[in-house]
Amino acid sequence: MSTPRKLSMKKRYSALTRDLDWTPTYVDPKAVFPYTSFEGITIHDWSKWEDPFRLTVDSYFKYQAEKDKRLYAVLDGFAQSQGHLSLTDARYLNAMKLFIQGVTPLEYAAHRHFAFLSRFYDGPGPRFAAQCQSVDELRHTQTEVHTLSTYNKYYGGMHNWPEQFDRVWYLSVPKSYFEDAMSAGPFEFLIAISFSFEYLLTNLLFVPFMSGASFNGDLPTMTFGFSAQSDESRHMTLGLEAIKFLLEQDEANVPIVQEWIDKWFWRGYRLVALIAQMLDYMLPRKVMSWKESFELYFEEQMLGGLFPDLEFYGITKPRHVEQAIAEKDLLSHQVYWTLYQFSFAAGFTTTVPEADHLDWLSANYPETFDKYFRPLWDKAKKIQDDGGRFFFQGLPQLCQVCQVPMLFTEPGDPTTLAQRQVVHEGERYDFCSDGCQWIFEREPEKYVQAWLPVHQIFQGNCGGPSVPEVLAWYGLQDGDAGEYLGSVDHQNWERWHDHAASADVEAPVGSEPAEARA
Amino acid sequence: MTTSDARVRMVGVDLQENDDSRAIVDALEEDNPDAVISRMPGLVRVRCPQRLVVNQASVERHLGRAWETHEFQLSIVSYFGHIDEWDDDEIVVAWDH
Repeated sequence: MSTPRKLSMKKRYSALTRDLDWTPTYVDPKAVFPYTSFEGITIHDWSKWEDPFRLTVDSYFKYQAEKDKRLYAVLDGFAQSQGHLSLTDARYLNAMKLFIQGVTPLEYAAHRHFAFLSRFYDGPGPRFAAQCQSVDELRHTQTEVHTLSTYNKYYGGMHNWPEQFDRVWYLSVPKSYFEDAMSAGPFEFLIAISFSFEYLLTNLLFVPFMSGASFNGDLPTMTFGFSAQSDESRHMTLGLEAIKFLLEQDEANVPIVQEWIDKWFWRGYRLVALIAQMLDYMLPRKVMSWKESFELYFEEQMLGGLFPDLEFYGITKPRHVEQAIAEKDLLSHQVYWTLYQFSFAAGFTTTVPEADHLDWLSANYPETFDKYFRPLWDKAKKIQDDGGRFFFQGLPQLCQVCQVPMLFTEPGDPTTLAQRQVVHEGERYDFCSDGCQWIFEREPEKYVQAWLPVHQIFQGNCGGPSVPEVLAWYGLQDGDAGEYLGSVDHQNWERWHDHAASADVEAPVGSEPAEARA
Repeated sequence: MTTSDARVRMVGVDLQENDDSRAIVDALEEDNPDAVISRMPGLVRVRCPQRLVVNQASVERHLGRAWETHEFQLSIVSYFGHIDEWDDDEIVVAWDH
């Protein structure tokens, strides 16, 4: 038997992926693949699935290993050089606390669910793509943990993220989002995660984090991020191929896919509200505003580039997208103002933006910031200058679908809170927006089961009735939450930089400081 | 419903700012005369109207060593468009319709 020394990429892909598939003969295929029919999607020919990357197992592991080697070299160098001291400011790490608490667990959830899908799609093309993505997502989980463990040695807020993900109020936003997708069928999951999350919104999510890290001296996160993002381009391809495959297989799939796009655009858009505030408020050195990022990555690339491509199939822009566009001058400010008031119960700290930061916000949001938001910060600053700190007394109403507190305003009316209500089987449910109400009304029997943190506290399921009991149940420790100024991180940061500035640098960083010197 | 059919639709790739990417960007500029290069912290973005081609031979010439197209995965951070072709000798990013 003679085989050519090296097959072409196409032939290798075919031999190592498609050719390993077989048709079951002694078991009914419906019993082997039981989940791919109940959603109403029709697939005529699984072999039409395209994998433009033509990835095979051997090249997959070769390049993944190379990516990991590059990352771990950076992590070592950073730790050995006391790199954490060269961050722009300790408050920058609030963005990373949010990342490890809210994003890392999603990577793990994605790892689990893609492993499931890599068994249960009928076709070998999507099965193999799902398998690679499952391994990718596990790699991301591990590398994120290793990357941020560099900081966990010195800073608060990163020590209890898996438990916090299951318990802390704002983390139910990403958790419920992903569980909504995981409890859907295998095709809806693809539209939810691979298409809406990984293609439509991924750049809004990751590129700001990574460029923010680069700009703020966070070499490990930047390197981790680029390493993960290089896998992400493959995941984006899976999302785009998935949608084209479904649309091309049968015309009857089109209205089903359109509804999933409508639903998952809005679900994802509400989720990235957390990123909007991160970009505008948590980075000491700014990369770009949320508005600019939204215009570039979403309006220009997706609405201007992708959707005209999908029109060919009869797909239209997502429902409620015009409300998202109209909110771009408001979103980040409304979210951070809310987090500022509730950060006593969060795994990160917040503070009043400094004067030059306020000016940056005014310059980037000329229509809205000075009119609606600067006065709030002026008031908060006055309270802090007088020795106080404004925290909201009480618990917020949460949206039944996105689980974000009801902080968003009526379209076109930035001073009136949007509140929507639906009565379903005698119970009243509340929503932050038309988009979330629409999602509920499609599947009320799903969303009535939502685990809403505020309701759970009132029902006595979260450690006890008082704030300290709930915070203890969250696993929060002193310094994890509240106001940044005067926090443990802030005090340590000041002290370590006094050390670094003095000639005597004997004491290892992170050890107890000598008595304050002049 | 407004569409952007009237204007030219762009495709593009975001690459990590590193040594290999510098050669790749040089090759992209050479093979795609309409490409526009912009830089963000840690990133190089190459945008091009309609279609962007990564040519293996050009990249190898700029790198001065052998380079297989799978290696592009070590540089790419994100892209927009559709991966129309990923073969031994070239990668093409273009919109389908």
